[in-house]
Amino acid sequence: MTVAFDPAEKFQQYAHPERLVSTSWLETHLGAPGLVVVECDEDVLLYETGHIPGAVKLDWHTELNDPVMRDYIDGERFARLMSAKGIARDSTVVLYGDKSNWWAAYALWVLTLFGHQDVRLLDGGRDRWVADERALTIEAAQPSPTDYPLVERDDVAVRAFKDDVLAHVGKPLIDVRSPEEYSGERTHMPAYPEEGALRGGHIPTAASVPWSRAANDDGTFRTAAELATVYRDGAGLGDADDVITYCRIGERSSHTWFVLTHLLGIPRVRNYDGSWTEWGSAVRVPITVGTEPGAAPGR
Amino acid sequence: MADLPPPLAEIRDDFLSFTEKERLQLLLEFSNELPALPERYAEHPELLERVEECQSPVYLFVDVVDGEVQVHATAPAEAPTTRGFASILVQGITGLPADIVLAIPDDFPQQLGLTAAVSPLRLRGMSGMLWRIKRQVSAKAAV
Repeated sequence: MTVAFDPAEKFQQYAHPERLVSTSWLETHLGAPGLVVVECDEDVLLYETGHIPGAVKLDWHTELNDPVMRDYIDGERFARLMSAKGIARDSTVVLYGDKSNWWAAYALWVLTLFGHQDVRLLDGGRDRWVADERALTIEAAQPSPTDYPLVERDDVAVRAFKDDVLAHVGKPLIDVRSPEEYSGERTHMPAYPEEGALRGGHIPTAASVPWSRAANDDGTFRTAAELATVYRDGAGLGDADDVITYCRIGERSSHTWFVLTHLLGIPRVRNYDGSWTEWGSAVRVPITVGTEPGAAPGR
Repeated sequence: MADLPPPLAEIRDDFLSFTEKERLQLLLEFSNELPALPERYAEHPELLERVEECQSPVYLFVDVVDGEVQVHATAPAEAPTTRGFASILVQGITGLPADIVLAIPDDFPQQLGLTAAVSPLRLRGMSGMLWRIKRQVSAKAAV
């Protein structure tokens, strides 16, 4: 059962306005049949300190990732997880979280891998809800299990692997990490091990657009016109129809993936979740160091 | 491997006596118990060292008075996990002699049984705090 869309004027400028809801819309619709509100945070304890009444907690680290394989959970575990959260295949899922919805966007992307149709983000996320002084509760939700079907994960449409990226170098690529990570000068303390990747730098030809440029200070998304200026003009995407985003482990780039896919309406956007922790350590892949995108190496 | 000093061993044993879900609750209690900064640091944020390994802003400062270590830390309410880690170290280390602090095993964060519930990536922030505390202790105890 689909819950009515948020008709807010700001959203109508986006390519897919139905992918966002405002805090006021959500407050009005809490408890609506078919609506499941899901909090997904970087901080694993934040939900316990207070959350939107009725919201369930989803932890990207311990619940969405496979504990053995560096991969997402499979269809069977996903169905069990959705059931445990009270999410049916036709539920309207509204995701929100801390850090301008980094992790909520990541969860939205994972739900997209499993083809969950109606999944939306709360514009501004947790911080905006708190800033609005809307209700919070520490009472954990007790969802009723559902009969979520077994759906195979689709790793083709919105997900890129290392070899896909290798073949894509020279085409539109967005690196959403900080400028220091992009250039490769990322600081690390002496005597403290550099973790995550063997080398610093970026994928050759990638444009640098830190993810936060898509968000206002209050965590809400910038307007459609502002986003077009940042990505189509600033990052040179123009009318690109095939873009890959990446960051360190694929979480910040899910935020940008959401922006490019649902707000700007670029037809094909894939998130490279292996991101720099894979690329920066992989054998026989090229990198570029410094602030310029660099050239595609001859093949 | 060196043994843990008694206050840290007690904290570890508390964590390990619970189920994984209850351990998160205990971490939240530690988070709520993080003492406020003494006024002299609250007014002088430049004295505090930022823990870069944590994704959330956490700052700490270490005093060594007559060979005894005092740890102060602050982290925002929006980062309860980080606050919990800081609180464990503040409560478990403050009052110990400097040489005992320097001998705390670096894998103390991994001994709390939180790896599955909290994830190794997040525990890395606590390792960063412990490492910075020990570095400040060794600099200040040498003076």
